[in-house]
Amino acid sequence: MSKQVSIVDYLILDESPYLEVNECTSCSARFFDRRNACASCGATDFVRRRISNEGVLTSFSIVHRAAPSVPVPFVSAIVLTEDGTTVRSNVVGLKDPMDVELGMNLILTTYPCGTDDDGKECIAFGYEPI
Amino acid sequence: MSDDSIWIIGASMTKFARYEDQDSVDLASTASLEAMVDAGVSIHDMDVLAAGTLFQASTSMGQRIQKQIGQTGIPVYNVSNACATGATAIRTVYLSIKAGEADMGIAIGVEQMGKMGLLSGATKSERNIFEPSGRYGAVMGVDGFLGTETMPGVFAQAGMQYAYENDGVGFEQFARVAYKNHKHSTLNPLAQYQKEFSMEEVMSAPVQSYPNTLLMCCPTGDGAAAVILVSEEKLRSLPSETQKRAVKISASVLTSDPYIESGQVQPDVNTLTKNAAAQAYEMAGLGPEDLDLVELHDCFATAELIHYDNLGLCEPGGAGDFIDSGKPFRDGSMPVNVSGGLISKGHPIGATGVANVFEVTTHLRGEAGDRQVEGAKVGLAHVIGLGSSCGIHILEKAS
Repeated sequence: MSKQVSIVDYLILDESPYLEVNECTSCSARFFDRRNACASCGATDFVRRRISNEGVLTSFSIVHRAAPSVPVPFVSAIVLTEDGTTVRSNVVGLKDPMDVELGMNLILTTYPCGTDDDGKECIAFGYEPI
Repeated sequence: MSDDSIWIIGASMTKFARYEDQDSVDLASTASLEAMVDAGVSIHDMDVLAAGTLFQASTSMGQRIQKQIGQTGIPVYNVSNACATGATAIRTVYLSIKAGEADMGIAIGVEQMGKMGLLSGATKSERNIFEPSGRYGAVMGVDGFLGTETMPGVFAQAGMQYAYENDGVGFEQFARVAYKNHKHSTLNPLAQYQKEFSMEEVMSAPVQSYPNTLLMCCPTGDGAAAVILVSEEKLRSLPSETQKRAVKISASVLTSDPYIESGQVQPDVNTLTKNAAAQAYEMAGLGPEDLDLVELHDCFATAELIHYDNLGLCEPGGAGDFIDSGKPFRDGSMPVNVSGGLISKGHPIGATGVANVFEVTTHLRGEAGDRQVEGAKVGLAHVIGLGSSCGIHILEKAS
């Protein structure tokens, strides 16, 4: 049994981890979750597609207040990848959360975010400055 | 469907607050009875009742209200549509009258939230075995790892996206929105809070989700509001005093969010608001330049700023300059949220969309007391709920 698991199924834990989407074969709209039909065009056929690990920060919020179990502060991020997919994640690897800047260039990274009772490690993804 | 206009002849709201000695049915009944007294009509005049609540959506709220204000056997619609719940209740009565099924009806919005704290942002799962579940195959709660799911954060990101795309928008502009609305609320006795804060106090308050500080976030709370709608034909049969105080619904619009690429990770609050505004202006035969006041959905300061642009109140991209210019202040050229807005008046969710219509109606009648926008003839009420749903009503004073 694998001792590692992705936090979500669209994070692929390869030697070099990446995100994968369901892409509509008709209009190329991309979705992280499974869809019954395309929200953009209504077609029903999708293919799996790997998306770029690099992108730019188009919005963020420095979250200081969350549910008690969520460690704060963290920098919530909206990232537009080089190939045009918008991703929600955290900016990680900053010395100070206030160092975050709109428009900064980022690259996908992964890190362990918890271990379950069977010793299985959960891997999350974030984006760090390039 | 009738081409005749639909009119508001009665409106009321309870003070927004936290009520320990009244339940949601008490609050809704109070607002309903007062709205009927305001209109000079009774429950026996109602052909339809719509009741909006979000957190008690499955409790037959409308029928529970009837037990307190009169069980006359009329159709009751219980509606729930996120923060657009109240506007949806109004539209339900509006459409019943438009369809010719009713001549007069009552729309009620109510919520009892108490001190509810952050909405959304699930706590992490208690499961300690990581098994994928749900549409994303998540093995645990992702809030805090894959960005934020809390409302202050989601709306912070909506504002920061605007700051990314436009010049002249930053922390200070967002803070000025909250400064304005707290200042406005001091004149509104129905507001949950009536306290002015300096810019310095707004900016140095505890950060919830940057750039939103505590004073830039709406509170949770309790309250209810109700309006009485009639057909034009019915209005003409009512006393002249009722007709004089009647307010015309020149536009009533509800939209949902069309597909955009980023919508799956960051709710798009812009497109559906722009679409609703375009439809509402066309329906009313009016433009933003004709508005004397606007009550818009300032759940957070970051939200109000972007809706200046979405509703066409400022030049495209010019929301920062717009707030800096002072135009949306009560004494400015385009007063926005003179009630204090959600930020200070409060946001009992189901009541909000009806309370905004109450506020605009009260100004158009010239009955808003100290906060009256002098000579107001046309006003717009806007709400948006994530999911998403946007309701806009444009109201006009009887000529």
